[in-house]
Amino acid sequence: MLMQVALLITFQWIGDTLVKSLGVTFPGPLCGMLLLLGFLFATGGPSQELRTVGSTLIDHLGLLFVPAGTAVVAYGVLFAHEGVAVLAALFISTTVAVHVGGAIAERFVRPRPAKDEAAKM
Amino acid sequence: MLQGPAFWLAITLAIYAVSAAINRRCNKTPLLNPTLLSIAGVAVVLTLSGTSYQKYFEAVAILHFLLGTAVVALALPLYNNLTRLKGRWLTMAVALAAGSVTSMLVGMAVAILAGGSTLAIISLAPKSATAAVSMEISRLIGGTPAVTGVFTILTGITGAVLGPYVLDLAEVRSHEARGFAMGVVSHGIATARAFSESEIAGSFAGLGMVLNAILTSLLVPLVLKALPIAV
Repeated sequence: MLMQVALLITFQWIGDTLVKSLGVTFPGPLCGMLLLLGFLFATGGPSQELRTVGSTLIDHLGLLFVPAGTAVVAYGVLFAHEGVAVLAALFISTTVAVHVGGAIAERFVRPRPAKDEAAKM
Repeated sequence: MLQGPAFWLAITLAIYAVSAAINRRCNKTPLLNPTLLSIAGVAVVLTLSGTSYQKYFEAVAILHFLLGTAVVALALPLYNNLTRLKGRWLTMAVALAAGSVTSMLVGMAVAILAGGSTLAIISLAPKSATAAVSMEISRLIGGTPAVTGVFTILTGITGAVLGPYVLDLAEVRSHEARGFAMGVVSHGIATARAFSESEIAGSFAGLGMVLNAILTSLLVPLVLKALPIAV
């Protein structure tokens, strides 16, 4: 299990180092994720142990957002004087965008079982 | 006395465990999002103990570090589910562009109509990209990174809490589409929510998050150049 954790942290480190040395505006961990994805394709997929370690971490994703998320409370005062405009903008744009993005993705993603089956036969 | 990593790590883990238990007890209702409940709980303890956010963040820095590790690990479920994209790349690209642009333009438009300041409008533009990206874009376009950081977190929480209901209303049922939309618009916090719906939804949320981080960093500077907003 330790080797698997070491592997993940190594990709995190490579991602961090890569974006820093390239000077691009991109989070190191996201870069590390893409590199790990490439590594998985190159090596024929993850071991069961790596999957287990990964899903343990991902199961606690919500917890890991608490330190950064609590910044809302600390810095919320920064826009307190125009809170209504900003909150309206955030709520409306986020819900409308989820609706639009979801409806488009759904239209094409959802298979049409009858047709697909017919095409196969 | 109320300081140091051990105290704040214990508090944070305990509050999250209780929040997650409440969420499970209520059939994982999106309204009682465990991250949101925990932020509220931690905020109460910080206020009662007179602790600054900075002190708190330093104490629990290890959790924030592991967030990076967990994001790297998102490649694993994505690897499992990437074949579901076969033949649908173009569709997902359209959904990505539509979700990204809608979030940006509707957000700015509402803020303009509601009389928001120019600084707030600019700081809103990159809010659908994950925090590290949105804050850096904000700096580049003359916004306030800390304000954008707050907008970004609120966008994540809004998507995680309201997103599932919006998708139900829109009759979006496939796990791929639900996850992808939440990840594109509301990045990591909604990705965590998507994983509690299913591994497929979570994987596609992770994919949406990484793609929109790239797209937003390309689009926001262009859009702001095209719009007649004085910086």
